Amino acid sequence: MPNTRLREGSINMRNPGRPLSPHLSIYRWPITMALSILHRATGLANAVGLVVLTAWLIQAADGPDAYLAFTRVMGSPLGLLLLIGWSLAFFYHLSNGIRHLFWDTGRGFEKRQAERSAWAVLVVSVMLTAAFWLVML
Amino acid sequence: MAEFRLPPNSRIKKGKHHGKVEGSAKVRRFAVYRYDPDSGENPRLDTYEVDMDGCGPMVLDALIKIKNEIDPTLTFRRSCREGICGSCAMNVDGSNTLACTTAIEAVKGDVRVYPLPHMPVVKDLVPDLTNFYAQYASIKPWLQTRTPPPPDRERLQSKEDQEKINDPSACILCACCSTSCPSYWWNSDRYLGPAALLAAYRWLVDSRDEATGERLDDLEDPFRLYRCHTIMNCTQACPKDLNPARAIAETKKMLAERRH
Repeated sequence: MPNTRLREGSINMRNPGRPLSPHLSIYRWPITMALSILHRATGLANAVGLVVLTAWLIQAADGPDAYLAFTRVMGSPLGLLLLIGWSLAFFYHLSNGIRHLFWDTGRGFEKRQAERSAWAVLVVSVMLTAAFWLVML
Repeated sequence: MAEFRLPPNSRIKKGKHHGKVEGSAKVRRFAVYRYDPDSGENPRLDTYEVDMDGCGPMVLDALIKIKNEIDPTLTFRRSCREGICGSCAMNVDGSNTLACTTAIEAVKGDVRVYPLPHMPVVKDLVPDLTNFYAQYASIKPWLQTRTPPPPDRERLQSKEDQEKINDPSACILCACCSTSCPSYWWNSDRYLGPAALLAAYRWLVDSRDEATGERLDDLEDPFRLYRCHTIMNCTQACPKDLNPARAIAETKKMLAERRH
C-alpha cells in the first residue's frame, strides 16, 4: 500500500507548530462509546480478578490455615465489595462479548439497534450479577 | 500509546467575550474555539452573543452572521450550505456534524463550536486534513479492471449490484466519522479510519471492480483495518446517515471468509 505510511510519527510530529484540537474533553459520549471503553476496563479488571481467583485456589491447596486467612481477607466488607465488582465486570464483559459476536456477523449496526443492545447488556449484566450473588449467599 | 492530555501548546485559554445585544429577547450565546497561528498564543474560547432575530436557523448561519457583523477574523470552511459539500464539518455541542444542517434550536444552552477533534488546527475551525485525504487516496478509490471493457457499451451493473454501492458512494468525505473515532484519535498515523474504510468497502463490493483480492490484501493489517473496535461513534456522527461501522464489519467478514 503506497501512501498510508508516508506520514509516520505522532500527529504533532507531523505538524510541529499546529495545536491539536480538543477531543476527549469536549466530545459528548454516546452510550455506545461508554460501553466500548467499559469493555476494555472490565477486561483489565477481569485479569486482576483472575489473579485473586488463582490465589484462592493456591491457598485452598495450602491447607486450612492458609485458606482461612484468605477467606478472612476476602470476606471483609472491602473484600466482598471487590468480589462483587469483579463478578459484575465478568458478567458485563461476557454480555458485551456476546454483543460483539453479533456485530461480527454484520448484524445490529443500526444506530437504534446498537443503543438498544447497549442498554440490554447493562441490564443483563446487573441481573446476572444479582442472580449469582443470590445463589452464592 | 494514546496521549489523553492535550500538548501544552494546544490547551485552551479563556478568550474574549463579544456581547451585548440590545433590545432583543432572542439572544443565543456561542462559545467558539479560536486559534490564530500568527499570534504565537494558545487556542482560546471566545463567546459571542447573537441576536436570533435576523439570523438563519442553522449553526452555520450564526457563524456567518458572527463573521459578517461581529468579528470578521473568525475563520471556518463552508461552501454549499446544504449538506452536500462537507466543508463545514465541525464539532457542535460535543458531536461532529455539519454546521449547515445542524439547527441552533436543537442545541440547549450555549452553542459550543470546536474544530473536528484530535486534528492539527490551521486556524480557528479549520483543521489540516492532509493525512485524512492521503489515507483516502491510499485505498485507490477508483475502478480497477483487468478485462477489457465491452466494445460497444459501458461496464453495466444490475440494479441489485448498484444498490450495494449506493449508500457508501454517498459519502462526502467531511471527516465527521473519522475524527469522532477514539481509535483514529490515538492511531491516525496507522489506522485508516472509518471514512477511508467505508470508501474501501465501496470498491470491494462494486461488481465491476476486479481488484477485490488486492484490496483485501492491502487492508489485512492489525492497524489499517483492525484498529476498529466497533465503538460506533462513526455511525453515530455521520451527517449523511451512512454506516461506516457496518461497512468495516462487512470487510472483516470478507477477510474471515477468504481464509477458508
